[in-house]
Amino acid sequence: MDASSLPSTKGKSYGNRKKIIMRYFNLAYVLPALLLFILFSLLPIIRTVQYSFTNFNGVNSNYQFVGFKNYAAAITDTRWWEAVGNGVIFALLSLVFMNTIALLLSVAANSNIRGGKFYRVVFYIPPILSGIVVGYIWKWIYEPKGLLNGVLRDIGLDQFTHVWLGSIDTALYAVAVSSMWQGVGGSFILFLAGLQGIPKDLYEAASIDGASRSQQLRYITIPSLRKVYTLVNILTILGALGIFNHVYAMTMGGPGYATEVPALRIYREAFTNSNFGMANAFSLIFGIMLFILSLIQLKLSQKKD
Amino acid sequence: MQSKGTYLFKGITHLSLIVWTVISIFPLVWMVSTSLKQRNEIFTNRSLIPNNAFNLENYKDAWFQGNFNVYTFNSVLYSVIVVVCVVLFASLASYAIARLDMAVKKVIFLGFMATLMIPIPGAFISIYLVVSNLGLANTRIGYILPLIAAALPVSIFILKTFFDEMSRELEEAAIIDGATSFQIYYRLMLPIARPALATIVILNTLSVWNEFMLALVLFSENRLMPIQMGLSVFVGQYTTQYELLMAASTIMVLPVVLVYIAMQKQFIQGITSGAIKG
Repeated sequence: MDASSLPSTKGKSYGNRKKIIMRYFNLAYVLPALLLFILFSLLPIIRTVQYSFTNFNGVNSNYQFVGFKNYAAAITDTRWWEAVGNGVIFALLSLVFMNTIALLLSVAANSNIRGGKFYRVVFYIPPILSGIVVGYIWKWIYEPKGLLNGVLRDIGLDQFTHVWLGSIDTALYAVAVSSMWQGVGGSFILFLAGLQGIPKDLYEAASIDGASRSQQLRYITIPSLRKVYTLVNILTILGALGIFNHVYAMTMGGPGYATEVPALRIYREAFTNSNFGMANAFSLIFGIMLFILSLIQLKLSQKKD
Repeated sequence: MQSKGTYLFKGITHLSLIVWTVISIFPLVWMVSTSLKQRNEIFTNRSLIPNNAFNLENYKDAWFQGNFNVYTFNSVLYSVIVVVCVVLFASLASYAIARLDMAVKKVIFLGFMATLMIPIPGAFISIYLVVSNLGLANTRIGYILPLIAAALPVSIFILKTFFDEMSRELEEAAIIDGATSFQIYYRLMLPIARPALATIVILNTLSVWNEFMLALVLFSENRLMPIQMGLSVFVGQYTTQYELLMAASTIMVLPVVLVYIAMQKQFIQGITSGAIKG
């Protein structure tokens, strides 16, 4: 409610005019936020679209419009699609392993167990760290003469030692393990919040009817979690496809391009190859892909309801 | 009545929780352990206990020779300025959107929310271009302003939701007493919104403290860099000084973990509401 809308001793028309003035005067409240938002969030998006049709190199302002040339080059660029493929592998591994571990842990932590709160606090420690620190810690563990190989040698499993981050066969999975290690806690917390919202009497009724624990999990828990599950899946997919910091810290996309991911390719296209036009085309193609993916996920979840 | 199956279930439950606790914490324990070891033992001593316990040389080296005193100062500065500005700008904006009669209110709110729905992972490139067009590349302000802008939509969303759920009685009483809309914001709404503001402070402090990508493209001078970039000083193309890298990592991680443990409730709430967004 606004001061000017209260009964006033002054004339009605005066009150109305004051009200209209206030409507615009109140814009002052949003002005600082709006200015920053337009300048550093909206303008960059417009610029992305604009530059994606040019051969801009980041420095020389005498760039030309090249039409859809960047897009044509981007779509036929196999190295780009391999980077997208690596992102998809991260996403699939995370959906399967990370979220399954997170789901099982949340069921375990929710089962009236002693120390449930303690586990909740501990499991959420990795997610509050930066991807860069997590990347470096795991890089250190994966070093050829580091902890992982050392322990394998100590227990007589020499044949399983690897140059984990330096070999094409293992690098991608090694990076994925570090990002999943960090990500379990985030999915866990959201699953747990979802579990706590399921009414307890559903389980009581089921156990009276003689349903086993695994049946309860299958017929009560999982269906009730559908909404949370969709949210967690969307966040997992977006997070995995957008991964940058872990890869930057651990492999820089190597060996070769074995662990290159879309964000790293976009970064290199702009800052290593000075090809901002192409980088922005990649960026836009990728943004649209992510947007469509999350729309599909949302639609699928609504259909089932 | 406890059946055998129940005991088995409980056992597996306990075991899995304990196993994941170890997995969650071990890499961090290893980080701290490495940071206390000497260069000549980090590859040979695989026990958690350093040969020379309480050797803090690596911390000294990382702090002074590795310039972590500078990076830490920078990160504290960036975090404080960004968070203060976000709290101020987001609370002003969401108060007006939630409570005042304002022109084009819906368009403005939807505009803020739209960037939450449409992720553009390469936006950092165009932000770099906008910042350098303004002549602000490699400056503190050129880093701070985009970070504030990036933090606003989620913060406005959280605060607007909070203001929407508040009852209007106090406000109406204040209006009758002749308070202006700004007085109501400052004396009434801000103090009441303290829990939501705490969420915003935690969420944004953490994200500025952990920010890397924008710093990577904007800064070319070491004296301006935040801590996440400072780490790369210890990473060479062929050799990495892991004992210093782990000491520096511990310096960055320790305050985050301690604050988290002290305020875990607000932390978890903050991050889940940040994740859920729209």
